[in-house]
Amino acid sequence: MKIPLSYNLRNLTVRKTTTIMTALGVALTVAVLLAILAMVDGLNHAFATSGDPLNVLVVRKSAQSETTSNFTRAQYGDVRFKPGIAKTPAGEPMVSLEVVNVITLSAPGNESGQNILLRGVAPIGLTLRQGLSVVEGRWFTPGRREVVVGRGLTGRYPDARIGGVLEFGRGKWTVVGIMAQGNSAINSEVWGDLNQMAADFDRSDVLSSALIRVIDEAAVQALINDLKNDQRLNVDAQTEKSYYAAQTAAAIPLRAVGTLVAIIMAVGSAFAAMNTMYAAVARRSREIGTLRVLGFSQGGILVSFFLESLLLSLIGGILGVLLVLPLNNIQTGIGSFTTFAEIAFRFRITPEIMAMGVGFGLIMGALGGIFPAASAARKQILTALREF
Amino acid sequence: MIRHLPLMFRNAIRNRRRSVLTICSVAASLCLLGVMMALYQAMFLSPPTKEQALRVITRNKISLTNPMPLSYRHKIAQIPGVRAVTVGQWFGGVYKDSKNFFARIAVEPEYFEQVYPEYKVVQGSMQDFRKERMACAIGKDLAKKFDLKLGDRMTLIGDIFPVNLDFTIRAIFDVPIDNESMYFSLQYLYDALPAAQRDQAGWFTMQADSPESVSRISQAVDDMFRNSPVQTRTESEKAFQVGFLSFFGDIKSFLASICAAVTFTILLVTANTMAMSVRERVREIGVLKTLGYTNGTILGIILGEAAVLSFIGGVIGCALAQGIAIQFHSMPAFIAEFKTLTILPPVAAALLAVAVLIGLTGSFVPAWNASRTGIIDALRYTG
Repeated sequence: MKIPLSYNLRNLTVRKTTTIMTALGVALTVAVLLAILAMVDGLNHAFATSGDPLNVLVVRKSAQSETTSNFTRAQYGDVRFKPGIAKTPAGEPMVSLEVVNVITLSAPGNESGQNILLRGVAPIGLTLRQGLSVVEGRWFTPGRREVVVGRGLTGRYPDARIGGVLEFGRGKWTVVGIMAQGNSAINSEVWGDLNQMAADFDRSDVLSSALIRVIDEAAVQALINDLKNDQRLNVDAQTEKSYYAAQTAAAIPLRAVGTLVAIIMAVGSAFAAMNTMYAAVARRSREIGTLRVLGFSQGGILVSFFLESLLLSLIGGILGVLLVLPLNNIQTGIGSFTTFAEIAFRFRITPEIMAMGVGFGLIMGALGGIFPAASAARKQILTALREF
Repeated sequence: MIRHLPLMFRNAIRNRRRSVLTICSVAASLCLLGVMMALYQAMFLSPPTKEQALRVITRNKISLTNPMPLSYRHKIAQIPGVRAVTVGQWFGGVYKDSKNFFARIAVEPEYFEQVYPEYKVVQGSMQDFRKERMACAIGKDLAKKFDLKLGDRMTLIGDIFPVNLDFTIRAIFDVPIDNESMYFSLQYLYDALPAAQRDQAGWFTMQADSPESVSRISQAVDDMFRNSPVQTRTESEKAFQVGFLSFFGDIKSFLASICAAVTFTILLVTANTMAMSVRERVREIGVLKTLGYTNGTILGIILGEAAVLSFIGGVIGCALAQGIAIQFHSMPAFIAEFKTLTILPPVAAALLAVAVLIGLTGSFVPAWNASRTGIIDALRYTG
């Protein structure tokens, strides 16, 4: 015979304070884990939604990123005439020569500044990025010292606003617009005119990379092989998509720290839950005796107390999820070692993450509940009845 | 209160299981708090070493990845208080596999003697490193990781610089904070580069004549190049490192939020335990009161008991934290200070203080209520 769940629910409500305090302990642990998971997920999401499978990124052979790559105008001239490249209506090959550099922007509390990726592009570069648009202000005018900043930078760096002035290269640059492309890495970049920037950094002939729009999916691999095998070119090529996918390594240290913290906190919370459940068992000794006299089995008692502990931690888990929900969509950033620049992203609390939080809470409840439940089930009827 | 100490201890161990569980719970949380505090201390509060306190680093104001003209070197050397200037350049590149990440830095021959005297050569010699064009010096841990010996060859495939370079290992050094790096001759790099990329410096490291001159020198260097096409940012080595940390994101708030969550969790645990413990002995408190114990004494005894429990938890937590801190020593050296991470006495003291404070705060409400219960009510309580 099963002891009804309402019995456990009532027990939890009778001892409100203890229930709330134990549940809050579980909740905080869950919240810390979820906050970190939400960061990791947001970061991975930013990388996963960056890049286009039809765009091929070309860098110097063995360069790990655009930041460390060198790509000459001569190479660009050769690459343009490879087969498989999409053409503009005017018949121009859709190849964008780009120069990439890193600048620092300072923020309140971070005066020495954070590294931000700077990209010089020609007008064709804008057409290669699907879904990229200016959400405020306008695009930079070629030939002028104007830049457009990614949406992920606004609000966090005071200079990254329309009318703001950035100082790099040979002088000042005015911010004239804010751009965005979904959650992609472009939101963490600053863009300006290719030739203007190349001149400022003395890189008019040796630039950074080329981005190529391919006709269709079938042509992608062929073009990549063609580029890689061209000994004279001496370049590496991969889809823009896989270039960003490889950067998710940036999340590994964060995930490691998060897991360590969550596990240690969970150990603490499981002990606390165990304490509460032992106290519950001790207090209800006579009740347990009575239940046994009424004919409830030892197994029934075990299950009942175990369920009570799970219930307790379920409340904690749900509270934890609620605690961490306000973080959803908050903008932040982290350094990526591949580009040596920051990637901006938003905390992302997905249903999977919420479920993980509740599950993590339940694990704590299970660990904390199993021994007290077993001790409750083992009680001798007579001694249990006699106890205060 | 001292004469009640035995009573507090007795109370603390009367329900062994609960005390042990509470101590374990507090210890786990405090261990985490300890690790976080040690990390914070190592990153932001550790005092510079004697050699570090003299070092000043100049980089391009735009960012570390942008070079400066090598000619700045001579101008900087003329600033009063600068004992020596030397040049470093980040090479990047790939050794065997792109996953093998370690610092590869091109330096001037006198780099170590002039500004990094703490680098001790354990195999080979600095003379060999200096006089041979293709020589390189590597850290002890790097040598171990890739099973490299003196005289072995290493090849780096350039990425930032379009050249591939071959080296022979001529020195292996041991300096705890930087045992995974590789150094080689800047001139060798310049000779291999096309003319346009030569004579560029990644950073200048200076040695000041005294720690007091550091901020004056920093100011003087930046003022000197304020109106040049390439402006500089100069700071002490310590400030440079802290600035570099911000690259990883807002570490300070990250650590602070975890610490806050952990502290609050311990607070809940102690409050909960003491509430349960007090509830069990309301009648006993009634008895104590009939014996003449005052409200204040009873309050003190319960608070003391909580403090004892959380103090023991704190001690265990400290020990566990030290155990975890040691694990950091073998991790990849993103942050040099982690190589010597340890729970220093000030951190341990702070941790124990936090433990006791939390014990007292957490148990205050149950203790206060218990001490205020009337004798009759207490004796009648059947809980």
